[in-house]
This record gives sequence, C-alpha cells and structure tokens, in this order.
Amino acid sequence: MAQDVHIHTFPNGLTLLAERMPHVRSAALNFLVPAGYAHDPPAQLGLTSVLSELITRGAGKRSSRELSLALDNLGLDRDTSAGSLHMRFWGATLADNLPAALEIYADILRRPALPAEEIDAVRALALQDLQSLDDEPRHKVIVELRQRHFPPPLNRDRRGTFQGLETLTIDKVRRHYQSVFRPHGTILSVAGQIDWKKLRDQVEKLFGDWDGPPATPIKLGKPSGGRVHLTKETTQTQIALAYPSVPIGHPDYFSAQGAVQVLSGGMSARLFTEVREKRGLCYAVWASYQTYKELACILCYAGTTNERAQETLNVTLAEVCRLEDGIFAEEVERVQAGLKSSLIMQEESTSARAGALASDWYYLGRVRSLQEIQDAVDALTPRKIVNHLRRFPPGDFTMVTLGPKPLRFPRRGVARRKAAV
Amino acid sequence: MPFQQHRLKNGLNIIAETSPSALSLALGFFVRTGSRDEVPEVSGVTHFLEHMVFKGTPNRTALDVNRDFDRIGAQYNAYTSEENTVFYAAVLPEYLPPAVEILADILRPSLREGDFDMEKKVIIEEIGMYEDQPGWSAYDHAKKEFFAEHPLGNSILGTPDSITALKRDQMAEYFDRRYVAPNITVAAAGRFAFKDLVALVEDHCGDWPGQPAPRQGIREAPAADRFKVVTRDKVTQEHVYLIAPGPSANSPLRHAADTLSMILGDDSGSRLHWALVDPGYAESADLSFHEYEGTGAFYVSFSCEPARTAKNLSIVQGLLRQVQEDGVSDEELKQAKNKILSRVVRGSERPMGRMQALGMSWTYLGEYRSVDDELKAFQAVTRKKIRQVLDRYPLVQATTLALGPLEKLRKPSGNGKK
Repeated sequence: MAQDVHIHTFPNGLTLLAERMPHVRSAALNFLVPAGYAHDPPAQLGLTSVLSELITRGAGKRSSRELSLALDNLGLDRDTSAGSLHMRFWGATLADNLPAALEIYADILRRPALPAEEIDAVRALALQDLQSLDDEPRHKVIVELRQRHFPPPLNRDRRGTFQGLETLTIDKVRRHYQSVFRPHGTILSVAGQIDWKKLRDQVEKLFGDWDGPPATPIKLGKPSGGRVHLTKETTQTQIALAYPSVPIGHPDYFSAQGAVQVLSGGMSARLFTEVREKRGLCYAVWASYQTYKELACILCYAGTTNERAQETLNVTLAEVCRLEDGIFAEEVERVQAGLKSSLIMQEESTSARAGALASDWYYLGRVRSLQEIQDAVDALTPRKIVNHLRRFPPGDFTMVTLGPKPLRFPRRGVARRKAAV
Repeated sequence: MPFQQHRLKNGLNIIAETSPSALSLALGFFVRTGSRDEVPEVSGVTHFLEHMVFKGTPNRTALDVNRDFDRIGAQYNAYTSEENTVFYAAVLPEYLPPAVEILADILRPSLREGDFDMEKKVIIEEIGMYEDQPGWSAYDHAKKEFFAEHPLGNSILGTPDSITALKRDQMAEYFDRRYVAPNITVAAAGRFAFKDLVALVEDHCGDWPGQPAPRQGIREAPAADRFKVVTRDKVTQEHVYLIAPGPSANSPLRHAADTLSMILGDDSGSRLHWALVDPGYAESADLSFHEYEGTGAFYVSFSCEPARTAKNLSIVQGLLRQVQEDGVSDEELKQAKNKILSRVVRGSERPMGRMQALGMSWTYLGEYRSVDDELKAFQAVTRKKIRQVLDRYPLVQATTLALGPLEKLRKPSGNGKK
C-alpha cells in the first residue's frame, strides 16, 4: 500500500493535504473551514445552514448564475454542507479542471457576495428543510437523539429553529461570516491525479495572503440524556439509542471500532443476525461509531412495525450488553477482513481519500498511513475488545422512540448501567 | 481496458473488462427479471425472492451465506428493479474464487419454508418503512397512475396483503421459470484474469437449466395526462410527480434524452433548479430520465409547502412548454456535456461502477460499450437530436400526481397546448 502523501501548513494556519493517485484521471477537493453550526449564535440557530447555501450565490466577480455555470462547465460535482464543527466544501471532477475549480473556491471562501436579495429565498429553503424533517421519521429520531445525548452545542441540528431562521437578517449572516471564516484551522485536502508542487504553489497564491486570528474554542455544556417517546401516527416505530465510547486518538480506539463492527459490521454481525435474520423483526437495524475530539458514542437504530417494537428494543439492547460476555475469534477475523478490504478500496476513490486525509488531520494532527491502520486492525483480538468493553461497558443509554405508542426500557439495560468514560 | 466475453453452453453470458491497475474487482449476476414479469397474484415475488436468495442453499444456511461473504471482506448486496434483479460483490483480487462460488451457490436457493415465513416479516417491515416516507409513496403512486395497465406499473415491493398471501411454491415456480442460464449475465470489472473467471463460472453454473425466459408485454407506454391528488393529512410537505414517456433503453435517442434531462433537471445549474429551488419555492426539484426495455419515462418531481403547490406546478408546466417550443441552447448543451464527461469518467474509475455499466449494457443491448463509446455517444448529441426527442415524446403530455395534506389541487389549464 505505497502512498504518495504531502502535507504543508502555511504561515496563516491553513493546511494543505494531498495524495497523488496515479491510476485515476480525476481529482477530489475537500475544504473544512472551522465554521460549523456549533458556532451559531444561540438566538440564531440555523444561521450556518443559511450561510452554506448563500455562500455559493455569487463570489469574486461572478454572479450566482455565473458561478454555478463556471463550476458546471468544469464538470465539478459538488456540495457545500454545514457540519457541527466545520463547513465543508466538497467537489470532484477531471484532474485537468482542478486548478480552475480551486480558483473559484478561493473566491467563494474569501470573497463571497452574500447578496441581500437572496436571503429570503435561502431562508425559505431552510424553513422547508426544517419542516420536512417531520416527513422523514428515520432522520427525525436521530436528530432528537443527538439533541439529548451530546453536550451543547454539539447536540444541535444543522436545520436550526423556526425562530432562529425567521429573525435572521443579511447583516447578521455577513457579520457571522466575517467572524468565523478564517485560514487558521482550515484544511484543504486533495486526492487524485495531481502535481504536488504546482498544487502547493497555486494554493499559496490563492490563500497565502488570507489572514485572521485563530478561533476561540467551543465550550461544551452538559448533555440532558434521558429517555423519551415522541408520539406520531406512523406505520413503523423508530428506535434510537446512544451510549458513550472512547474518542479517536484514545488507546482503546481500535477496540471500540472492533466492538461496533462485531455488533454491526456486516450481514453476519450480531444485530443483523439476531434482530433481522433470526427474528424477522425489522428491515433496518444498525449501530455506528461517532467521534468528536473530546468524546465519542455508539448510535443504534432500528425501525419496526409498532406491535413488534418492544421486542426489537429488548433484543437490540440485549445484544449490546451481551458483547462484554465474550467475542469469538472468527467474529474478529471477519471484522478484520471487512476493514482490510474497505481500506484498500478506499484507495480507488478520490473522494474517500480526500475525506480521510482531512479527518485524520483534524482529529489527530497527522495523516495515518493505510499500513498503520492495517497493522492496528490486524492486532485486534477478542480479548482486547472484551477488555475494552469491561473498561468502558455500554451504559448511560440515551433513548428516543417515535411512533404511536411508548416503549418500556428493559430492566436488563438499567441493571447493567455503570459509569463509563 | 481489454473487454472479453464468453457464452456457456447453457446460454449464460460472461462479460468482463479487466484493469491491471485496479486494486479490487467487482462481480455481479444480472438476472433479467423484475416486477414487470409478475402476474398480479404474485405481486412482489421478485423482490421477496431476491431476499430469499440470501437465505441459503443445500450447502449453506442463511447465517453461512452472510458469514462466508463477510469472511472474505466482501462488500455485497442485491437490488430489484422493474426489470432486473442484481446480486453483486466487490472483493480483493485474491478472493475471486470464493466470490464466484458463493454468488453462484446462492443463486440456486433452497427456499426453505421456515426461512420463507421469517423473511415475509422482514419484507412487510420494508414495505412499512417506505410507507412512512411520503416522497417515496408519491413516486410509487405516480408510477402506477402513469403506467396504468402497462407491466412497468407493477409494484416492486408488493403490498402487505400480496406478500402475506404468497406461497413458497409460487415463488419456486417463478424461480424455475426466470432464473435460467440464458436469462443471466455475469459481469465483472477490475483486477483478475478472464480465463480464471470463465473457468470458475463454468464450474459453478455450467449445469444450470438452459431454457429461454422470454419477457412478455414489451411495448411503449402511451402518453396520458391523468391528474390525481392523494390526500395524506399527517404529511407536512406536498410531494408532486409528473411522468411523461421517453425513448427506450435501446433507442438511438437515449443519449439525447439523458442530456435533455440534465439540462432541465440536474441538481445544479438546470432550468428546474433556477425556476424552483434557487428562488426558494421548492425545497427540492428533479427531472430525470429512466430507460426501460421497450419504453422510457421522464420523471419530474418537487416537494414544497402545500400552499405553494399550485403555483409551482404552473411554473413547471410553463418550463416544459417553453422547452417544447424552443428546445435548448448551444450553451446549455455544452454545459451538460462537460458535466457528463466528468461523471462518466469518474463513475468508471471504480470497479463497482464499471461492472454495473457493463452488466446493464449487456442486459439491454447485448453489446459491450467502453467508456469511450459512451463518451462519443454523448459528444454526438446535437440540438437537432434533442428536438427529435421532444417531437417524438412531448414532455408537456404528462401524468401528474400530488401526495400530501392538500385535498384539492387545480389542474393547470392548457396542459399540453398553448
């Protein structure tokens, strides 16, 4: 797994990461600007989402339409999205078109028009986005779970609130842009058919004279936690659970990942086998690991018809708690095989690599080689994973259910509750 | 990218594009059968059977199937459409032999009664999951309304009633008829030797029955300007679909139709985007072209606040009328081609993307199309060809369906005529 990775941090604090992938004709770019919705002023929740839509509506010398046309003519598939900590600008196209695309992105990040006449349209979109969450029960239940499980302001939803959106003005958006967009902490990662030296010189030219002070760190509050039912007349009941785990960078990180893979890593994993295959309780059931720098959690989800929702919850929770009773060697071998092939296949996707470079840099301050990850995965054993689970046993569950009738939280889960992290 | 093809004695086709620089390979079994091949008594059987294929064989239990795939780190799944059932896996090159063996084995499923009854529950859950998504419900209703008696109007999932009533033997009969060698194509892309693939497929599939499985009811779907409102008072937004006929999967006009749909309805820079999403009138809007055997269809969709629906619908009608009369501009055509070039090239960089394209092209056209063939076909699209599409398939003659809280919606006047 020979990789050709380059890293450069400019004096203004912007970091450029690149990986040359010799067998592809395309390239992907990925900007992370430390301007996520966790920075929304409390009275203005939803501001960052609005900014992420407004910021591409004209920049530099181009109007909204000219900008869109220019990127389309470069064949750039793209997306701008508001994350909790970063605003992300992603794009992918033929490698020859990358320099022209970067030039336009320098305008978007540094010289957006943020036109006053577009604010009503963008606000209308944001309000509809918020309303339509009610038509997506699967998303809704996760939004409600995150709101209770994560500490403020990480617990927010990007969609914000009706009040926050309705009282938003163009001046507030512009002031917010001025205060949060900065080179310090911004990460640009590029993967594909690239020439490192030319890329670095171009990025220096485009962003070298951008300046601004570092951001003040976000202060985390206390999560509310708890268990709640939201009543809605739906065909299925949605079940979402969360419990703490260890964050990336923690010595137990790979064991925590291993545990969640045993639970939900493939179709032979425990949740799919016990909940769906053996009992036919649902179509969708999964668990996933989610990390921030300071904290992490495991999210579990199942959607099932109302009459069988209680059994689904009981079985799901029992599987989560049963993990620490023991794990088979062949389960770990399957996890290792799955992780190995997804690591190697990542090397065939410019977007996946660009994303991985940026995320490593943000969380760890370095880029891990695939070999390093492979070695850590190969070193997993059932004992390591079980020992991790005994140190950090699943507990302190936050739960949200959505459907016609509330569910009872099983006693076993409560009895198993121990202090974690 | 060398292309190779081989046909087994029983009629099963193997097609492959090998790429020595790839790091993995993707393999798919394309069964030419879908909801359009069902009679009403077995509605949903194709999709249910797709699930049952993973429930085991004389050699494997359901759990064995999942374990054996996971043991080789396969990224695998299956899907059912109106016309195809596709089983696929991406693996590292050293796992070509077990990947072929497992896929070939599960394609001769036991259809055990106990597994059948258990999986019924999962299918009914899947139907329930979709029922709770109004955007999907609107699509399903609109398709039924537009295709009406045409077999493409058949539901892929079926209904809880049709699935509950289905018997194991009805599924077995359907399987025997449809999962025959001449109705199956094995497509592969990535790093492997073609002769190894052929030897493996011959070894595992050489004894599959070889009778033909003709498809009934291949015909064009006629244009219809039906108009329907489905009221769902618990739904927040109004979800609207318009469907009009288009060229079929083997029509020489299909690249022009694809290009037209990109100009009108791509998610960036399209006419629909500027007309509905950019001004904030609709949260999302899309126009896409789907090609089928014997026919095709343009799907226009948007979702918005219920009170805004009538206005949005008349904007869409106006947009369709305008393109019907004036066609598209040179600049729009150039822009669409630039997007397509980038998407085709990027889509082909991963074995999974290439394998899907190869399998579909062979299933529908019986021919191999390289990435360059596809790019050339798109480069050759002219305004004149787009005009031909519009003349032959007027977008203005569409069936409209709205699903959401609205009880009534006025049918815009002058539908189809100025």
